[in-house]
Amino acid sequence: MPIKISPKTMKHGFIERIMELSGQDIYRCFQCGTCGGACPMSAEMDRVPRKVMHLVQLGLEERVRECGTFWTCASCHSCTVMCPRGIDLARVMEALRLLTLRKSINFVEPSGLSAEVIGGLPQIALVSCFRKMTG
Amino acid sequence: MKISYYPGCTLKTKAKNLEEAALASLAALGIECEELPRWNCCGAVHSLAQDDLIHHVAPVRDLIRAMDRGSTKLVVLCSMCYNTLERANAIMRDDALRRETINGFMDEESDYRGEVEVVHFLELLRDEIGWEALRGRVKVPLGGLRVAPYYGCTLVRPKEVSIERGGEERVFLAFLEALGARPVEFSAESLCCGSYQVLANPQAALGASQAILESARRRGAEALALSCPLCEFNLSRRQGELLEAQRIASGFPTFYFTQLLAIALGLGEEVCRFDLNDRASRELLIEKGIAACETALVS
Repeated sequence: MPIKISPKTMKHGFIERIMELSGQDIYRCFQCGTCGGACPMSAEMDRVPRKVMHLVQLGLEERVRECGTFWTCASCHSCTVMCPRGIDLARVMEALRLLTLRKSINFVEPSGLSAEVIGGLPQIALVSCFRKMTG
Repeated sequence: MKISYYPGCTLKTKAKNLEEAALASLAALGIECEELPRWNCCGAVHSLAQDDLIHHVAPVRDLIRAMDRGSTKLVVLCSMCYNTLERANAIMRDDALRRETINGFMDEESDYRGEVEVVHFLELLRDEIGWEALRGRVKVPLGGLRVAPYYGCTLVRPKEVSIERGGEERVFLAFLEALGARPVEFSAESLCCGSYQVLANPQAALGASQAILESARRRGAEALALSCPLCEFNLSRRQGELLEAQRIASGFPTFYFTQLLAIALGLGEEVCRFDLNDRASRELLIEKGIAACETALVS
């Protein structure tokens, strides 16, 4: 799908916020795609991490929000250790999650989980998921 | 030198088989370490946002308690706890601005500057006992059992906290060799098992686990050695779903690395809590003559 770019579509505030929250210079990304190759979850993503990085560079906030990539990320840091440009992509994904979570919007709703699911899981599964997926 | 031990939440409930085998082994090896009399959840994952310091407070509190006990080392078994505590420790050691803010926030605790060294149990064995000496303590060698050491993510990433220091020796492989097992290197050894996506996106997590089990089996491994209760859940307890969907042909045994240690040290099955493992795992040890059938099959 073609992407329309103009000064109006480029949300500079969004780009700055992501750079601030992640501490990463997203402009360093030169679109090699190593991150997606390293990502064990990339087959489950609508857009691989490389494409998300490109959308962030272009400030296309709505397009980034629409894709589920950062909700499928498991913070395994495979992309981070492989990136030839030294970008810590796990931090960029965290920043993208936080833009939603800090509005008190949960991606996983704890109250919707059954007692059976909660009872069967190790505590670290619950704690880590709530840390990454709830506001 | 005094060593404190941090168990973490899961080891007291779902992963007693990780903890009990480890503590019995430490006692047998004569390594003295004391569980922190008071500890709290480390938070399980390291917070990655630049402006988020509050989530580092929980692990730092645990580190301060270890320091206040006079300990120079804090040993950790669970991979996720190890990662979270060590990354928080790195901030307190290396980042003056964040250290000052966190210390200032915790006005009732001692100031902390990264004085305590966080070590994973495998590192403790390497540093306190050494692989040659460990080999000498083995009473029941694992008979060439082909075990694939599964590192997962949090023991090796990011590289600043990796238990592997680079170079010739690889700690998990050397450990298994010392026990008389035949370690099997496999390409998925540090791929993610799906982690907490088991809750948010369970099918995606299942695919990630399947790839790891297949990779280990293709390389001829008979079992996986694990260090993380969440990896154990994804790679072992969810095998039923993979079997039902015919995505794997048969069950694949998994053990916590501490269970293999305790068995090799001749401590018997009582301390290993094999009742918490799946049936295929226990059956493998019986088949290999490493475990006796009567007690191992009681569950």
